[in-house]
Amino acid sequence: MEPERRGSQTVESPSLSRAALGDSIVLRDVGHAYGELATLDGIELELPAHGVLGLVGPSGCGKSTLLELICGLREPDAGTIEVGGAEGPGERLARCAFMPQRDLLLPWYSAIDNAALALRNQGMGRREARAAAGGLFERFGLEGFEAVRPDQLSGGMRQRVAFLRTLIAGKPVLALDEPFASLDAITRAEMQEWLAAALRADPRTVVLVTHDVEEALYLSDRVAVLSARPAGVVAELAAPAPRAADRDAAVTDPAFVAAREEALRALRGSKRSP
Amino acid sequence: MVLPGLLLAALIGLWQIACSTGAVADALDLESFLVPSPVEVAEALWESRGLLAENAWVTLREILLGILCALVVGVGMAVLMHRWRLLRDAAFPLIVASQAIPVVVIAPILVVWFGYGIGPKIFIIALFCFFPITVNALDGLRSVDPEAVKMMRTLNASRWQQFRRVEAPAALPSLFSGIKIAVVVAPIGAVFAEWVGADAGLGRLIQSDLANYQVARQFAAVVVLSALALALIGLTALAERHVVTWR
Repeated sequence: MEPERRGSQTVESPSLSRAALGDSIVLRDVGHAYGELATLDGIELELPAHGVLGLVGPSGCGKSTLLELICGLREPDAGTIEVGGAEGPGERLARCAFMPQRDLLLPWYSAIDNAALALRNQGMGRREARAAAGGLFERFGLEGFEAVRPDQLSGGMRQRVAFLRTLIAGKPVLALDEPFASLDAITRAEMQEWLAAALRADPRTVVLVTHDVEEALYLSDRVAVLSARPAGVVAELAAPAPRAADRDAAVTDPAFVAAREEALRALRGSKRSP
Repeated sequence: MVLPGLLLAALIGLWQIACSTGAVADALDLESFLVPSPVEVAEALWESRGLLAENAWVTLREILLGILCALVVGVGMAVLMHRWRLLRDAAFPLIVASQAIPVVVIAPILVVWFGYGIGPKIFIIALFCFFPITVNALDGLRSVDPEAVKMMRTLNASRWQQFRRVEAPAALPSLFSGIKIAVVVAPIGAVFAEWVGADAGLGRLIQSDLANYQVARQFAAVVVLSALALALIGLTALAERHVVTWR
């Protein structure tokens, strides 16, 4: 397969013989509350395998909670969540890899040891795990930084290592919680292109939470707009050109601009008073 | 090391001048042998070096074993209290209270029960030392980012792996703070334990020298004790730099 070039980063497509991972996700009438405070109410969502779903909504509306519920880190107070047909929390946890907002790279491990954590937890030896992770370092333009400690990496690189760590876990579903929120605008655009390329090469089911509507529309197949607390789905849009190779062209395309306006309208309209 | 060295040299110099002119003895209206000069202390240090070394070794053994016990008990309790909230709520007030019990009361009783052996001394030193270790280890464990633990859960980590890869390393810097405090307190505990009942050791030596007005050697013993404490702190700092490689 021809390697794809995107700026200074090279992403190679995987060999055809490797089956792509992905599970479908179904949420039926999901509700959740923190004590007295109702956070989510009547959430209905469906995502086919290998689909990418973007979740946008006002701050504090419960997007992160929804992500944790899907992953099996929490149980919903109402409704059911199925990941690849499995409903139990342990089963969902086994199928989902969670990438938190802050990269949370462990400072006492090098970049490659951080990336290989899932493999080490599964019992793989250190050298084996490093070898397995090392190949991906090259693919994602992090070559040469394997032995570096997290505090010496730039923000963008840390997010890439964190994403690698999530990817290497080999789970069919990736749950990304505002992965690029802490980056500046330029780095963020680069990282979006990088993630798009990564997903084109290695498709997974992805649920992406972001406050950036443009990011959601660029990276996802469909975008769900959540209302303020108690959050429900107020709008669902199809993205015109998900993960298009040329981001600049895709983002200025009239269909994209129209979709973005629609999403923003839905967002603004969804801000109910408490 | 240069600045503290200079300051120390200056202070010793002043002390020497004060003593050799007899100023201190006159001011306190004492015999001059009761206020030894640095030179006299150095002489006593050299003359009694065998005796001091022997007793230093006895005391050092007590200190090391006492700190070891404090570490095992302190870290063990911190881990258990971190794991079970109920245990923490129940045990922590009692642990704090234990520090308020005057060791002056406990120590003689221990000697009556267990004699002049090394046992009661280790117990007393551990009693002094386990509290800073426990509190700091517990705080260190509590400072772990819960998001990191959540992230580990989705990376197939068992409870043990979560502890080993996230919680324990995160707690290490705090733990070392506790150990440093414990290491400074331990020599004091050792000396005190020896005063209450001992055949040997620097504390015992200081006590008998006091009775015999061997003030110069007493000071020498204190110098040795201080050197021990400094060496222990230095070793702890070295260990910390070796273990906590990310700060």
